[in-house]
Amino acid sequence: MFKLTADNLGKRFGERKVFSEIAFELSTGDSLAVTGPNGSGKSTLIMLLLGYHHATRGEVGFHEDNEPLSDSQIRSQTSLVSPYLNLYDHLTGEENLTFFATVSGGHVTGKRVDELLALVGLEGRGVDMVGSYSSGMKQRLKYAAALLNEPAFLFLDEPTSNLDDRGKGIVAQIVEEYRKKSIVVVATNEKEELSFASQICRLGQ
Amino acid sequence: MPAKSAGLVSKAFAVFAKDIRLELRTKYAFNTILMFGVTTLAIVSFSLGQSGLPNKLLAALFWIIIFFSAMAALAQVFIREEETGTALALKLTADPNAVYLGKLFFNLTLLSLLTGIITPLFFIFTDAPTGDLWLFILVLVLGVIGLCGATTLVAAIISKAAVKGTLFAVLSFPILILPLIMLVAATDKALSGAAFSVIAAPIQGLIAYAVVMITASLMLFRFVWRE
Repeated sequence: MFKLTADNLGKRFGERKVFSEIAFELSTGDSLAVTGPNGSGKSTLIMLLLGYHHATRGEVGFHEDNEPLSDSQIRSQTSLVSPYLNLYDHLTGEENLTFFATVSGGHVTGKRVDELLALVGLEGRGVDMVGSYSSGMKQRLKYAAALLNEPAFLFLDEPTSNLDDRGKGIVAQIVEEYRKKSIVVVATNEKEELSFASQICRLGQ
Repeated sequence: MPAKSAGLVSKAFAVFAKDIRLELRTKYAFNTILMFGVTTLAIVSFSLGQSGLPNKLLAALFWIIIFFSAMAALAQVFIREEETGTALALKLTADPNAVYLGKLFFNLTLLSLLTGIITPLFFIFTDAPTGDLWLFILVLVLGVIGLCGATTLVAAIISKAAVKGTLFAVLSFPILILPLIMLVAATDKALSGAAFSVIAAPIQGLIAYAVVMITASLMLFRFVWRE
C-alpha cells in the first residue's frame, strides 16, 4: 500500500504567494484532481510534489507500507505526463521507450514496447523519429513512457492536451485502470477531467 | 513490468549510448569542436610557419587549442537537454550518478576524438619534435580526463543560465588553470624527450587532479542536477 501525503504545503515566488495550506493524504486507489484558474499553481504543485520545486513551507511524503521511500524508490515508482516534459526528437519512439526503461532501472522487452505503443494508438509508428510526430502523437508517446514502470504514483498535468477524441478516450481508459491500482494526481482546467479523480483540490480560491 | 533491474553501469551506458546516437544524428557538438580546433590550429600554424618555436611555447599553444575547442562544445551535453526540454524527463527517471557518468564518458569520447585529429595535424603544421611519443600520449590521456572531469560538472551548472557559453569558460578557467599549467609543463618535457622521472611530478599531479575532480563531481552532481 503506497501513500502520498502533503502536509500544510505552501509556495511563494518572492513576495507572491502561489498557494498555501495544501494538505491531503492519498493511498493506493485514491485519485486527486488539482484545479484552479491559470496561474493558480497547478503545475507548480505537481512539480513540488515530485520534488523539483522546493516548498516554502510544509512537507511532501512518499510511503510504502508506512515506510518512507528513498529518492531512487520514488524515481522508480513515479511517472509524469505533462506538456513541459519532452522526449527525444532525434530518437525513434521505440528508442525513447527503451532508453527511459533502462535509465529508470529496468529492462523492457520489444514485446512490451509494442504493447505500450498499441495501447496509446501508435502501433507501426515506433520506428519513426519522434521529431516527425504530431503534437498529439508525442503526447501519446509520453503516456507509453509513463506506463513503462507501471507507476505507483501517476502525475498528469493537462492530461488531454493536444489529443484528439480517440486520444482522449485512450487517456480516460488509462486513468480508469490506474486510479484503481495507483495514486493518480491530475492537474487540469477541463471540467470533464475532474471526473478522473475521487477528490478535488481547488487552488486560487 | 521491467524484466530485471539494471545497475549503475547499465544506466550510465544507456545515457552515454543515447548521447552518442543523438550526436551521430545531429553532429552538432562534434562539428563545433572540430571546426574550432582545426581553425585555431590553422591560424596558429600559418602565423608561426616553421619558425622552430621552443617546446614550452608549442606545448602552451597545443593546450590553448584543446582548451578553447573543449569550451566550444563540452557544455552541449547538458545545454541540449535543457534547450530541448528533455532534462525533466531525464531527472524524473535517471539516477543522477548514471547521468553524470554517461555525460562524462560522452565528453571523454568527444574530446578524445578531437585530440586524435588535432594532435597529428599539430605535429605536421608546427613541425614540433615528437620527443617521447608514449609519454606525450600519456599526458594527453590524463589531460583529456582532467578537462572532462572538471568541465562536465560546470556544464551542468551553466546549462540553465542565459549566457551559457561565456559562463562556461569563465567558471571553467579557475578550476582548469592548475591542470593546464601541469599539462604544459609535462607536454614540454615529453616533446623534449625527457626521462619519465623528470615528468613524474606533473603526471602524479594530473592523476590526483582527475581523481579529485571526478570524485567531487560525483558527490556534488545530484545537487546541481536537481535544482
